[in-house]
Amino acid sequence: MSDITLESMSEQYFDVLKELGNIGAGNATTALAQMLQCKVDMKVPQVKLLEFSEVGDLMGGEEQIMAGIYLCVEGDITGSIMFLLEKESARHLVSKLMGMEIPDEEFNEIEVSALKEIGNIITGAYLNSLSTITNLKIFPSVPDLTIDMAGAILSVPAIEFGTLGDKILLIQTQFTDDYELDGYFILVPDLESYAKILKALGLG
Amino acid sequence: MSEIIKVGMADLKTCKSPDGITTLGLGSCVGIAIRDPITKVGGLAHVMLPDSTTIKQNNNIYKFADTGIVELVRLMELEGAKKSRMVAKIAGGAQMFAFQNKSDLVRVGDRNVESSKATLKKLGIPILAEDTGENYGRTVIFYPETGDFVIRAVGKAERTI
Repeated sequence: MSDITLESMSEQYFDVLKELGNIGAGNATTALAQMLQCKVDMKVPQVKLLEFSEVGDLMGGEEQIMAGIYLCVEGDITGSIMFLLEKESARHLVSKLMGMEIPDEEFNEIEVSALKEIGNIITGAYLNSLSTITNLKIFPSVPDLTIDMAGAILSVPAIEFGTLGDKILLIQTQFTDDYELDGYFILVPDLESYAKILKALGLG
Repeated sequence: MSEIIKVGMADLKTCKSPDGITTLGLGSCVGIAIRDPITKVGGLAHVMLPDSTTIKQNNNIYKFADTGIVELVRLMELEGAKKSRMVAKIAGGAQMFAFQNKSDLVRVGDRNVESSKATLKKLGIPILAEDTGENYGRTVIFYPETGDFVIRAVGKAERTI
């Protein structure tokens, strides 16, 4: 199986990953709505296989300040998942969760941990749906958060993808409550895990 | 008018004074800036991974520290630079998150820095300055005219090494 590369995956495989992305992001939206206790709409997520150089442009440039929540996945599949949110969107979510306005400055410790929790819930919902569909055990680690330039945050999953090929698989989700939030999921299963996911879905 | 040439992730380019060369948002990747002070030919590589020999998908030589730096030097020589005069500055190689999974990718930032240094040493190119490690992203701009390597990071003062 180690001969698979992202580029060589068939259309069908790619469609499956897209669909997983859709369902996962849908679940994540529901979780977000429950957490914020308000209605949250989601646009149909876009799944993209991008060149490394294109990723930064998509998010408003490599220097766009983003909040990145990153966690490792263990169990039947191994890899990592990242959820990225533009800094202002992150501020909006944290304000909403804490029921107060967050001043326009650096996040304090409590706000950072609220943001980690948001990331935890969103990625958890995403992974849950993946686990349910594939019947594979997936255990997420404790998340870590960093707020920095998009390019720098993305270097982490890009490097993981870089061991497989020259592209990165990204799921863009737009959530709307009273504010449009652009979120991005990046799921990086290692190659063996890709094979396991596809096999679990009867496509291996 | 001088220009600032942009280098992407897993990319490298050469440039000549008075132009500058930049790469944005280096995280665990490393930016290697090289210059020939006489011809003022410069170049910048943005490498992602330390070692091309341990990875099967290694066609993209720009992606790795070992092959990328060698290629950058070759391209600079085509522009009239001389290897014996070249000097380098490096930045990046941060650890963006407190943990990173998969043992072979642990400390990939550090290993990118180590591999970059080892490759430069093998080529006989001295490193004049570095700003590496830590846990934050960096944007770098290199000017082959002066050798100034400007580093920007979020919430930190701009500095030149």
